[in-house]
Amino acid sequence: MKTGALSEALKKGGIWGFIVLELIFFSVAGQFLSISDKAFMDGGNMLLLLKQSAPIGIIAMGMTIVMINGNIDLSVGATYAIAAIILLDSMTWPIFAGLGDWVIPVSCLLALSVGTALGALNGLIVWKTGVDAFIVTLGSMLGFRGLVFMVNGENPTSNLNWTLVDLAEAEVLGLATATWFLLGVTLVLWFVMTRTVHGRNAYAIGDNREAAVNAGIRVGPHMLINFAIIGFLAALSAVVFYSESGSVNPNDGQLFELWVITAVVLGGTKITGGAGSVIGTFGGVVAIQLLRKGLGHIGADTSTVNLVIGLILIAVLFIDRQLNVKGKQELRI
Amino acid sequence: MTDPVLRLEGIVKTFPGVRALDGVSFSVMPGEVHALMGENGAGKSTLMKVLGGIHQPNEGHIYMGDDEVVMAGPLEAKAKGIVFIHQELSLAEELSVAENIYLGELPRKRFGRVDWATLAEKTNAILKKLNVGFDAHTRVGSLSIANQQMVEIARALTVDAKAVIFDEPTASLTDAEKVVLFDVISDLQADGVGIIYISHRMEEIFKITDRITVLRDGQYQGTVETRTANDESVTQMMIGRKLDLSRNVSHHKMGDIALEVRGLSCGKNFTDISFHVRRGEVLGFYGLVGAGRTETAETLFGLRDPSAGEIRLDGESVRIGSPADAIARGISLVPEDRKGQGLVLGMNCRDNMTLPQVDRMRSGPFITQGTEIEIFDKYKDQLDIRTPGWRQQVGNLSGGNQQKIVIGKWLSMHPTVLIVDEPTRGIDVGSKSEIHKLLRSLAAQGYAVIVISSEMPEVLHVADRIVAMYSGRIMRTFTSDEVTEDNLIQAISGIKAEAAA
Amino acid sequence: MATLTKQEIGTVLAKQGILIAFAIFMIGFTLANAKFLSADNLFSVVRSSAILGVMALGVTFVVISGNLDLSVGSMMSFSTIVVLDLHDKIGPLLAIPAMFAMTMALGAMIGFLVGYLKLNSLIVTLGMLSAIHGLTLTYSGGKNMDIANKDGTWFGIFGQGSALGIPVPILIFIALAALLGLVLAKTPFGRKVYAVGGNGTAATFSGIHRARTVFACYVISATCVATAGLIQASRSMGSQNTVGQGMELEVLAAVILGGASLMGGAGTIFKTVIGVLILGFIQNGLLLMGLQFYVQFIVTWLIIILAVWLDIAAKRGRLWSPIA
Repeated sequence: MKTGALSEALKKGGIWGFIVLELIFFSVAGQFLSISDKAFMDGGNMLLLLKQSAPIGIIAMGMTIVMINGNIDLSVGATYAIAAIILLDSMTWPIFAGLGDWVIPVSCLLALSVGTALGALNGLIVWKTGVDAFIVTLGSMLGFRGLVFMVNGENPTSNLNWTLVDLAEAEVLGLATATWFLLGVTLVLWFVMTRTVHGRNAYAIGDNREAAVNAGIRVGPHMLINFAIIGFLAALSAVVFYSESGSVNPNDGQLFELWVITAVVLGGTKITGGAGSVIGTFGGVVAIQLLRKGLGHIGADTSTVNLVIGLILIAVLFIDRQLNVKGKQELRI
Repeated sequence: MTDPVLRLEGIVKTFPGVRALDGVSFSVMPGEVHALMGENGAGKSTLMKVLGGIHQPNEGHIYMGDDEVVMAGPLEAKAKGIVFIHQELSLAEELSVAENIYLGELPRKRFGRVDWATLAEKTNAILKKLNVGFDAHTRVGSLSIANQQMVEIARALTVDAKAVIFDEPTASLTDAEKVVLFDVISDLQADGVGIIYISHRMEEIFKITDRITVLRDGQYQGTVETRTANDESVTQMMIGRKLDLSRNVSHHKMGDIALEVRGLSCGKNFTDISFHVRRGEVLGFYGLVGAGRTETAETLFGLRDPSAGEIRLDGESVRIGSPADAIARGISLVPEDRKGQGLVLGMNCRDNMTLPQVDRMRSGPFITQGTEIEIFDKYKDQLDIRTPGWRQQVGNLSGGNQQKIVIGKWLSMHPTVLIVDEPTRGIDVGSKSEIHKLLRSLAAQGYAVIVISSEMPEVLHVADRIVAMYSGRIMRTFTSDEVTEDNLIQAISGIKAEAAA
Repeated sequence: MATLTKQEIGTVLAKQGILIAFAIFMIGFTLANAKFLSADNLFSVVRSSAILGVMALGVTFVVISGNLDLSVGSMMSFSTIVVLDLHDKIGPLLAIPAMFAMTMALGAMIGFLVGYLKLNSLIVTLGMLSAIHGLTLTYSGGKNMDIANKDGTWFGIFGQGSALGIPVPILIFIALAALLGLVLAKTPFGRKVYAVGGNGTAATFSGIHRARTVFACYVISATCVATAGLIQASRSMGSQNTVGQGMELEVLAAVILGGASLMGGAGTIFKTVIGVLILGFIQNGLLLMGLQFYVQFIVTWLIIILAVWLDIAAKRGRLWSPIA
């Protein structure tokens, strides 16, 4: 499939161009429409942006490998919520009473384990039953949310552990802890996707599953691991976010999957699998967060943001299709 | 006397209701190119699947050297040195050449990291051997088909191959690319590898092979030395009867020109195509895969936009914008891929047959089921379609009957021009002959029929005139009297005709 | 031959498994709480399933044509809010057609994107889910909608009325099911929907206009959603702007339960109705057993997976996936 030089360039660098466009647009529009006096592209603002990108961004890295693999995970929002509840709630459990502040790493570990286990469960079902990942995770989106309510009840759970909050609010080298986690996860996943056998196999499986199977790649365990990874990252994201906020509502995380998938698709990963990159996803995450911030900066509210994000997702699909159109002499099916 | 690299003896393979292989024996010597021939359904691919570990034989033995072996699966077969180069390439387009060659076997360092240095080293060694123009880092998706095939072959060389099986390798190659392939095969021969070459192309078989084994209906027919064989003897073994190469002689009068095409082009698919078909005539289109015949048919049927040229129906210049358009103007197409393009496998026979005219068979808003069934019954009888009833799911019918449903579907539209693309591909000999007779009788009834075929006997038998295409162009149009197997083969292989002999 | 019979049994089990499981559930529920099988209860289940059922009818068309529609939940919220709002502004007689027009326009948009532009329906309708949600919030200004004078209008008839002792929502559901069932099974359009979903390429090769058929399915789906919104608005005469949230999952579960294949080309209106009822009864049964609402979520999850798994298993002849 040969595409012109322009479309190749657009495909690779498009997301960065889009980000630049956004920065320009919002800076200019901000001059006229903004309620605050500060400029949009203010340094502090940008750092805050990175920090706020962390919750979605961390999960998006996991979604990248899952989608490159040819799967998808719609249950990440629910996993995020469960992990948050486990984190905050477990710190008050009687068995941990004697640990003092040492309960923090224990609770974190517990939350991460639960997330990983739920992810692995998804992966196991996809592997063993052969049911499409989309349906399996559509179901677990509901089922896990049921678990959330079962474990938590309908009221928010709060637990402000000041040591934890301090850790979360700390800044190392000028960057918030959350930002460090985001960068760290991005780096690790980039390494996995470009430098390890597991990562390269993910591309193969997503691109041509039959070829991968015939080459002896064990597709089932591979997918299981990837789902476990995204489950882990969903939990990690919750740990990072809720350490600071200290309060979780059982409905939290709803529509997270939409944001995450939008970021990943925006960043150039194909829905059908086999192509995409972690760096591209990072760009997509930043672009979306920029959009949210920018719209907020010019006075738009959450409903408008939802509207715009939905439309952007569709626009990206459209542009991607246009760039891949082979020309008029192709079969018109 | 050297031992054969591999020997299959008395292989029997049955599937529910079908004895696909009935006691087949076959051997390959080191350094020989051994052709495996037979009509579609003769058992060639089943035999190779048994060798490749995809199927387990019900009876029979496989020997490599002196030892008997069991091919438990494709990986096992590969480990034993049997390599398969399939017709459908199985590559991961987003990965590099090196990663594809070593798919599933990437050299590792600690912690699961890829050992890029070793990978590059090993890949370059193989690429050098094959003398190719691309390097290890190239993204496979950006390579031409011929080069992608080279990557597949390179994969074969990662193993210490004892036998390499090529399945129709030249289908999508240009002449120059074929030369490269044959060189590679020679090199493999020199290394003592046994080559199994599956193909329908006589010219190639007689050029590069040492022995030919023929299967028919799952049974072993014989093995001959290529030197001492010829087209006819081999074909006779394949079909079991003397080839009816009777030239077609039409006894009925031809009508007016129904369809005329002038200077039609469609980008890279075909250029400057000009021909005409009369009512009552069968026009054959012969050529290799990739010659542009199917693309021409698709353009006539409104599935592709021509970039230049003119289409005239009954003298009037027309634009055909969609299949619905074409159908309305009296052009019907029986497509090449009957399961993927011709039928909705999950639907029943009747619904499939009446699909193009479903809007017409109605009273008020509802479909008139009575009319539908009438149409189905009519063509069921006329074409002798074997099915328990119209409610049968089309997917359960045999290939021949499925094809008849598709043909019936289009006949019921009463077209002026009927285009049939590979009418008897994958169909048993009996049904083949029925369909040939049918096509001739349709012409006698006044239809203008275009038959696209890759089988020489078929096109010679059925057509009044033959258009020979090569690489998107018409090389020559033959009448029934002028055509011979030789000049036809030459035309479709790109050889320009000398001044008429 | 013994293996063949085992296979046959397996296939029968898989195909009728849903009905068998359903029968077991029904028996179980009745044992747990005798009220389950009472006429009152059965009636109430059908009535509350009507809204979901109407939506499922439209989604059936989309699924048979080989696509998905995840936007129906937020579209339903949109319809409900809009008709309530317009009711007080331009009166019910104008509000109802206006709401239908607006909802169908949304459906047409999706139909255009998926049918004519051939974009992936999962992602498009996921995006529309968010976009329409945002649209609804903007329209309603974040507030709930209530009809000011609830007694001075005939609007309540759709959600609260009865004719011949049967609640109007059930009548609407039955009428719509009958109409759409006829369309799908007996009209040329219905045939085309099956063809496009069964093998889109072959449909094109047979002269069917694929884009138009897909487009029409989404418009039908939107019309059904509008109807559901009407019933909902009329029932409570006021609504939160998130009333339809999450319904896309239940609708999909009902359609899957009814045996429609998500690959396209299979399913019927009647089967979807069964699926809707099964889902309704299971939820009701769980409720009567005194279980919390979240148990429904978990049960629905298991049902979706089991239903699709058994369907796939029956088709491939093996229970477990052959993936290594």
